[in-house]
Amino acid sequence: MPTPISRDDVARVAQLARLTLTDDELDRFTGQLGAVLDHARDIEALDIDDVPPTAHPYPLVNVLRADEVGATLDRDEVLAQAPSAEDGRFRVPTILGQEP
Amino acid sequence: MSDQSATEAAYVVEGSEGDRWAIVVGLEVHVELATATKLFCACPNVFGDEPNTNVCPTCLGLPGSLPVLNRNAVELAMRIGRALRCTVEPSVFARKNYFYPDMPKDYQVSQYDKPINVDGELALPDGTVVGIERAHLEEDTGKNTHAGGGGRIHDADYSLIDYNRAGVPLVEIVSRPDIRTPDQARAYVAELRQLLVAIGASDARMEEASMRVDANVSVRPEGTTELGTRCEIKNLNSIRSLGRAIEYEARRQVDLLETGERVRQETRHWDEDGGRTRPGRSKEEAEDYRYFDEPDLVPVAPDEAWQAAVDANLPELPASRRARLAERAGRPTTDGGVALTVERDLDALAHAAMDAGGDPARVLTHVEHNVPVEAAGGLDPAQLADLVRLELDGALTATQAKTVLAEVIASGRPPADIAAERGFEAMDTSALEGTIDEIIAANPTEWDDYVHGDDARRGKLTGFFTGQVMKATKGQADGKVVNQLLGARRAAALAGE
Ligand SMILES: [Zn+2]
Repeated sequence: MPTPISRDDVARVAQLARLTLTDDELDRFTGQLGAVLDHARDIEALDIDDVPPTAHPYPLVNVLRADEVGATLDRDEVLAQAPSAEDGRFRVPTILGQEP
Repeated sequence: MSDQSATEAAYVVEGSEGDRWAIVVGLEVHVELATATKLFCACPNVFGDEPNTNVCPTCLGLPGSLPVLNRNAVELAMRIGRALRCTVEPSVFARKNYFYPDMPKDYQVSQYDKPINVDGELALPDGTVVGIERAHLEEDTGKNTHAGGGGRIHDADYSLIDYNRAGVPLVEIVSRPDIRTPDQARAYVAELRQLLVAIGASDARMEEASMRVDANVSVRPEGTTELGTRCEIKNLNSIRSLGRAIEYEARRQVDLLETGERVRQETRHWDEDGGRTRPGRSKEEAEDYRYFDEPDLVPVAPDEAWQAAVDANLPELPASRRARLAERAGRPTTDGGVALTVERDLDALAHAAMDAGGDPARVLTHVEHNVPVEAAGGLDPAQLADLVRLELDGALTATQAKTVLAEVIASGRPPADIAAERGFEAMDTSALEGTIDEIIAANPTEWDDYVHGDDARRGKLTGFFTGQVMKATKGQADGKVVNQLLGARRAAALAGE
């Protein structure tokens, strides 16, 4: 059987998550992710034609809350957790070309 | 809608060789829901607050926080769906994964392959029916401000982020590619906006970005049915820019195709000042978003009782209100005054005045032209009916009625009292007849011309005689009555010859 995920696939996923991986890391994660996907292949081999798909392990729907305002966080405290802030806002590096 | 739509050929882009190209447009409209709180947390959903004051661990994506769905957001999403004749389906939330600082979780919770509303339609005032593919729930993102280098994205040194908007409930309404002209696109957005406001789902203000419109535009040779490659146009800040952007983009695509080039599927941004679209990022494939079911939320499956309650609570929709008002006032359904009256929410006032015995046509004319929307709440419909009665009885001319109505609105006093005070009294027709006879006797040449001249000549002289009568009565005579009396005198003169 071919490997379930290629090194290029891993590099692509890393790029989408804006992660910089070394060559060693790419090799290592390709192996590790391959092992995870091999396990998924084992499950795929089962005959589950009669089993309906499940969105969630719990047989629950409509878990809802009332539309009532609750507590918010203190802004100074929130911004103090960030590496950089300005004018009451989070300051982040240039995001040119990465807009979703 | 099929390609046999009556308006299909209404908009054509002509190529340099005289080739004719049709346009195909589908619209994606995002609306912020008028809830008190966000979609998955209890932070206030308010526009214009100080940055980052309406935030909590959930909408900041802090570790360990969990989303809990807002019942009212589901209710409003269903209202939108049912008003658009959609089917409400059991739905599932999904994570749309992307790396961008406007979502601190690095994913946006949306609905993907199981949206809450599917397969609806919206009828435009001109009768065009635009299919609705889906209307699904999702959370809004935070707001980026590009700073440094003059504030434009291409020169930006860094960005500032406000998460007040992150997690605000949105419904994304996706039309089918049924729109064939820029006018239809504008009409679709205007109609949708009215509908959303009427059902209380959103304030739908494009200028505050609580309603945002993206347009998918493609072109194809007129008469063909295969869809061309489309571009998605973003950054449309008004209904006007929507129309301009579609016109520009269609022209751009036709020019490309005519020179043998291909249209690249991409996202483009509308540049309002430059009057053009510019390329943005290339369109990411859905697989790049690596959608998967959101494990922290269970499905939403409104039962029949809930759906029935939503249906029962829907108000009458603008299209039906227009039809009912037009019918009652004896105007066409597409009448501009009817549309305006419904859009201003003054049709209930008009109906109440008609119910109180006011002549429907006159009532609507006053509501359309002489009732300022901000003052309408102070106008008693019974008094409007009384005013119209005085007018039709001949006690007030149209001009006098307008003056009296303004005072009724300002003071709330009965129209008859105001008319009497101002000396607007019923002109006795016999007095008016005497005046007209004197004027005819004093202008025999003009009168002879009036009686025997052609229509154009008589039209001119009608103005002359009416002017004379107005001068003699100090403007108190009703132009319509003067006209009738002149006509009667002419008929008598011709019969006597
Ligand atoms: Zn929150």
